Amino acid sequence: MNLKCSNLSKEYNSKLIFKGLSFELNSSQSLAITGSNGSGKSTLIKILVNLIKPASGEVEYSVDNKKLMSENVYKFTGLIAPYLSLYDELTGFENLLLFYNLKTGINKPNPHKTEIINSYFEKLELSDAKNEIVKNYSSGMKQRLKFAFAIMNDPKVLLLDEPTSNLDSKGISVFFEIINSLKNDKLIIIATNDENEKSICDLNINIEDYK
Amino acid sequence: MKLYFQNTFEIFRKELKSEFRTKYVLNSLLMFVLISVSIIRFAAGDEKVDNEILTGLLWVTIFFASVSSLARTFIKEQDKDTSVALKLTTVIDSVFTGKLLFNLILSFITSFITLFLFAVIMNYEIKNLSGFIFFFILGITGLVIILTIIASIISKANNKGTLYPVLAFPVLIPLLVSIIHSTKLTAEGAETFSLYEEVIIILCYIVVVLTASLMLFKFIWED
Repeated sequence: MNLKCSNLSKEYNSKLIFKGLSFELNSSQSLAITGSNGSGKSTLIKILVNLIKPASGEVEYSVDNKKLMSENVYKFTGLIAPYLSLYDELTGFENLLLFYNLKTGINKPNPHKTEIINSYFEKLELSDAKNEIVKNYSSGMKQRLKFAFAIMNDPKVLLLDEPTSNLDSKGISVFFEIINSLKNDKLIIIATNDENEKSICDLNINIEDYK
Repeated sequence: MKLYFQNTFEIFRKELKSEFRTKYVLNSLLMFVLISVSIIRFAAGDEKVDNEILTGLLWVTIFFASVSSLARTFIKEQDKDTSVALKLTTVIDSVFTGKLLFNLILSFITSFITLFLFAVIMNYEIKNLSGFIFFFILGITGLVIILTIIASIISKANNKGTLYPVLAFPVLIPLLVSIIHSTKLTAEGAETFSLYEEVIIILCYIVVVLTASLMLFKFIWED
């Protein structure tokens, strides 16, 4: 998996967020996007995951040297972000099962589907709450569930926007444990100002340098 | 294509499960219908209301009941930020068809309850029942397709409540004119085959709006 961003720029209501942003990443590389609040870190993440379009420039994903169509980017990416929520009225398990089915296809034979989803609840220490509706979850539990949502389909690219916000110290250590185990075969991009999150990344971009 | 149908079914199932837990849409639809029929009955008193007027009132009730609740399927996704999770996991068009299927089922249930209440409480007489039901189903289908695609548009707007009927009504005028006309005539006993021109108009309308909705939804759903 390869990601190449060329000369990206974005503006909102004629206000420039960033311009001339270019970088290239391969699988097993990780990038920290830093910058003060409102500097455009989340905007860049949204562009990278194809939720919004840049004003100019190009985001190009390629798998085995074949360029990926923008409408297929979702199949290879996982995202945690404050602007992403799961369904309050469904249980944690129902949420993960729904999104697992949507991404892989419900009829794709996988007798171990339930076990796979259960394993993520165990990894993230949420097993006791898996049959509770998400409305009753604390914000930290919701963040853990979102983390499971991001990684469960084994995406090639992980985009993490403030991934440890709302997590307690135990949650944060579980997060780092999982990320470290995934680092070797995934392309990871983290929007953060947290020193610990920055330290696990190979590269660093300060978005304020592109104003 | 297989994934598209699978995702459609999965989204439909999710909508049903959510609705079964919250009962928000069904309750508001049924309350609207019940209150409307009661008000019409109180206003009419002991008078026998003309069948032609009842046909019009039936469609007024169905239109406003649908407008008051069908938009929620899209608005809640936008308001609760769950649309991002859907965008990252689904074939885009399946979101529209899954929600359309859910809105159709819900609308058929409430519309037939409305029709039943009109028949029982308002003594609404239908002489050609099979013809009437045929046009009734076509009318509900067209209405729901338009209201679902417009719900996806207004879910991104600030003034959702006002915008919904304002945007929907002009697009629905051709359908409403044909459907009110044909249900009125079939209720009075007109043979279905004598209304084949209306059938062609309504079927063409449904095909056009469904095709346009499927083509446009991708652009509406993207930010």
